[in-house]
Amino acid sequence: MSEHTQNPKAEAGVYLKTLIALLVLTAITVGASYIHFGSGAANVVVALTIATIKATLVALFFMHLLHDKPVNGLIAAAGFVFLGLFLMFTLLDFDTRENPTPRNLPTVIAPPPTSPAVAPH
Amino acid sequence: MSTSTVDLQHDPHGHGDDGHGHDDPHHQHHFTTMEQQFDTSKIGMWLFLATEVLLFGGLFVGFGMMQARFPEEFKEAHEHLQRPLGALNTVVLLFSSWTMVMGVLSARTNQRKKLVIFLIITILCACIFLGVKYFEYSHKFEEGLLPGHFYKHVGDRIQINGHPSPGYATFFSFYFMMTGLHGIHIVVGIALLAWIAIRGNRGEFNSSYYTPVDLVGLYWHLVDLIWIYLFPLYYLIS
Repeated sequence: MSEHTQNPKAEAGVYLKTLIALLVLTAITVGASYIHFGSGAANVVVALTIATIKATLVALFFMHLLHDKPVNGLIAAAGFVFLGLFLMFTLLDFDTRENPTPRNLPTVIAPPPTSPAVAPH
Repeated sequence: MSTSTVDLQHDPHGHGDDGHGHDDPHHQHHFTTMEQQFDTSKIGMWLFLATEVLLFGGLFVGFGMMQARFPEEFKEAHEHLQRPLGALNTVVLLFSSWTMVMGVLSARTNQRKKLVIFLIITILCACIFLGVKYFEYSHKFEEGLLPGHFYKHVGDRIQINGHPSPGYATFFSFYFMMTGLHGIHIVVGIALLAWIAIRGNRGEFNSSYYTPVDLVGLYWHLVDLIWIYLFPLYYLIS
């Protein structure tokens, strides 16, 4: 019924190529995790960049966003934009605080060793 | 597709060769065309998916924060996860996404048998995924790698006053919450896939009506998409 019914065979080909690209990227990201890129942060950046490429492939081809009505892509993008805002402000808050240990952690947790030695039990 | 809004009785879709050329029984009277009806459903589905992104997003943000708070503990805790099993599940889920999209294509091109076969393969992949997760979970249970105050693992490197640092228990709280919530989505997905497989087998879907197949497909791809981020964050980053 829609924009992309013209050639089912070509479409199936695109899906197969997408799957192969996703599997290759999975192999790359697993391989890259055994390499040390200088710092832990660099490894995180590499892993998340590959994950984002994979997620984009899934969204554009498997979820049809590439040829879909723009409004669907807009809704999807809005979800991620708000998630980005959420993450950004939370990290800003985190960076300007002393010790954000959750208050509801189990009571076996004693004060850090640097504080005066007043054992709770 | 025809732009006529009046002549709906006589196959406005222009492809009557599928045997469903007459007025579609799925066509609801408040929509002008089947295409409009389909697009409307799809927008609703995407709105739901955006809320799903935010639901998991909260957990991802919390995980990021606690990783920054307990970097050493998280690094050590993540060594307890088995990378090959995580990679296996990633491959299984990516493959199931492909069978799903092929199922949607089959529904749209009136290939009933192929639709059902692809959906059954997708369900089998989902079951394999859950089987591997069960194996992983039971392994964690045996070692006492459990969330919050259920954490009973011994031999962790960072000890505070003779107790393991709270970072370890925090890691496994997030691990079980996030993979657990994802697992619940897989279970719901299996139920939805079975439902459209049964309906598809009855021949309820064709090129002018395959909305449920398409929307369940979108849901299934989102579950896959979330795993694409869970996998590197839990299994790969050290």
